[in-house]
Amino acid sequence: MKYWEKPFGREKPQVFQGSINIFKDRCKGCGFCIEFCPNNVLDFSNEFNKKGYHPPEIIFTKKCTYCGLCESICPDSAIFVIREEVK
Amino acid sequence: MQNNAAHHPMEKYLRMDRMPHIWCSSCGLGTIVNSFMKGIKNAGIDTNKVAVVSGIGCTGRVAGYIKLDSYHTTHGRAIPFASGLKLANRDLTVAVISGDGDLFAIGGNHLIHAARRNVDMNVICVNNFIYGMTGGQNAPTTPLGAYSSTAPYGNYEQPFNLVGVAAAAGASYVARWTALHFHRLTDTIKEMAKKKGFCFLEVVSPCSTVFARKNKGGTGLDILREYKDRSIIDHEADPQKIPLGMNGEIICGVFINEDRPTFWENVQKGIEKRVVKTKNYKVIKNRESVV
Amino acid sequence: MRISDMHGEFFLQGNYACAEAAISAGCRFFGAYPITPASEIAERMSYRLPQLDGVFVQFEDEIASMASILGASWAGVKSMTATSGPGISLMLENIGLGMMMETPCVVVNVQRGSPSTGLPTSWGQSDMMQARWGSHGDYGSIALCPKSPQEYFDLTIKAFNFSEKYRLPVFIMADAVVGHMTEKVVIPPSEELELIERKYTNKKGDQYKPYECCDDEFVPDFAKAGDGHLYHSTGLTHNEKGYPDMSVETHIKLVNRLINKIRDNSEEIILLEKRDIDDADVIVISYGITSRTVIPAIEKAKKKGIKIGYLRLITVWPFPEKLILELSKKVAGFVVAELNMGQVALEVDRCAKYCTTKWLPHPGGGMHSQSEIIKAIEEVAHAK
Repeated sequence: MKYWEKPFGREKPQVFQGSINIFKDRCKGCGFCIEFCPNNVLDFSNEFNKKGYHPPEIIFTKKCTYCGLCESICPDSAIFVIREEVK
Repeated sequence: MQNNAAHHPMEKYLRMDRMPHIWCSSCGLGTIVNSFMKGIKNAGIDTNKVAVVSGIGCTGRVAGYIKLDSYHTTHGRAIPFASGLKLANRDLTVAVISGDGDLFAIGGNHLIHAARRNVDMNVICVNNFIYGMTGGQNAPTTPLGAYSSTAPYGNYEQPFNLVGVAAAAGASYVARWTALHFHRLTDTIKEMAKKKGFCFLEVVSPCSTVFARKNKGGTGLDILREYKDRSIIDHEADPQKIPLGMNGEIICGVFINEDRPTFWENVQKGIEKRVVKTKNYKVIKNRESVV
Repeated sequence: MRISDMHGEFFLQGNYACAEAAISAGCRFFGAYPITPASEIAERMSYRLPQLDGVFVQFEDEIASMASILGASWAGVKSMTATSGPGISLMLENIGLGMMMETPCVVVNVQRGSPSTGLPTSWGQSDMMQARWGSHGDYGSIALCPKSPQEYFDLTIKAFNFSEKYRLPVFIMADAVVGHMTEKVVIPPSEELELIERKYTNKKGDQYKPYECCDDEFVPDFAKAGDGHLYHSTGLTHNEKGYPDMSVETHIKLVNRLINKIRDNSEEIILLEKRDIDDADVIVISYGITSRTVIPAIEKAKKKGIKIGYLRLITVWPFPEKLILELSKKVAGFVVAELNMGQVALEVDRCAKYCTTKWLPHPGGGMHSQSEIIKAIEEVAHAK
């Protein structure tokens, strides 16, 4: 099929790669990152950290767009993401 | 995908040797500190030239965790201390981060006069509606009817509308956000850092340990969910007409953004006028040349 | 003539002399709040500081003016405020902060009759203990008492020197008479003034610890805001890094240092005027304006054949404890004349273990009569 015009946006959806880093022992278990993650990537883990809280764990790595919202909202600097753009 | 050897990007802006901080789980202050440091970073100011002054209370501890020249002063006196700091060294960017009790109860007089004088500083008031550090006593912001340690039958005082007070006192920049609006908070702090004049920002923040416990508000997470439902962004709103209550809308936005001559600009103007009047009058610009 | 080089002989009011001294000492920030009888200092500073690119701000209250001079001092500028008793009561909160954060600045107290609003237009010396123990907690304190406008000038410069050297708010305890008295004041050229400047650290960045002292010193090096040290300073009990530390050990170490930095250097800080104290039977102790009524009384009493010594405390705090103790072994007694109900007399009484102390209290607003002083001297001399 041939387009008369090129469609808006990119031809392929942009894919992001990166890493989510969690400092488990800094976590105070407030759940902000889990609640406000747009793609529900995180959830409470069953393990306890040394403070006695349940830190978050990554449940859907593939859904993560590495937007960094969890990093911004974390009050304890316990989570951060590194985003690498794939070309 | 966990890499504990990596460094959190905020680590170089925080005093990591003092972490973990003293704030409770699900307190909004950690988020606000992160947003503040990001805002300062995004503003592109030399961090060596930024000073933070705090008063007393939960928010008073902010100065101790930020890796800037930081001063933790007496209760309510952060603004006059910062005025001295700023006016003695005009190259500094001075921010005051303190709580609602500190800035509006004991320090209320200093706040309105600094706003009137239009001293070039940024005041960030973290409003959690209660005195957290001392155990949940009534604050000047506690909503009518809310319970606190010193209001066991419900608060019977009319609370302050912080943005209204700041606007009425003559602040050049007045804004309000909640701890949930961290991206907008960052942008506002960036804007404030660059702006001349007295800038006031109210950040509504959850206090899960005392305010929510006394008022059946759930956890900090529940309060943030509530903020999500209740907050409306309206930059055009009149700051006098948007008080905060237990329920109802939280109107957020940047309500006032004006340019008024600052205190120091007016001082300079006054001196120049005088120089024209009396010819013998000499102003020595270079401080080192004197004495 | 350069404005800063205002030197020569002047017919100056005491409060103006104080303001000129502050300017000569390099004070470039004044946090003001008007109060009788100290307003003239603020008035003079409001005129002089803008000429020298200094900052004069009249704040909303004394609390703010005191807090602001602490802030200005941390920005590296010598700063001062001036007030009277009611203002000092408000300032004490932040004076305590200045003591704890070790902030150099000068606080002038032009004393009036107290308590409370008291006698705004009259004089007194009833804030002496407030200068020592006013703010809550234990700290070393320096208070200087001038007796004339010339001395007011000299002691203001001394006060700046002490504050810069020992890093604390220094009190100048003048009174309404000295403040409003107009006398000859000689202002020396700026190059003849002995000024002590703040000792800034030469450490860079993170290596600097704001409250770290060498073993034999009690005063840490200073770093001002904006120099890239990114330090923290707090009114809480803090460790060498300036971080809050609630341990007992840190608290003991810190409070001891705050006291010892004054106590161990007290010989250098204590300034006294002594006359005939070596072979005296009675020594009259006074300070500030009171000493001006004491001297003629002593001259008259001497004619009656009593050996009288005269000791004037120019530095009241730290108190010359050792000297009083030594003298008490030799004399029959001390007479302490002061315009309060026995604040320094109590201190003399504490130190004079081997002789009597005759109190000569006066609540202020007036002066001791010479006959009153002579009578007290005779009483002590005859009791021997």
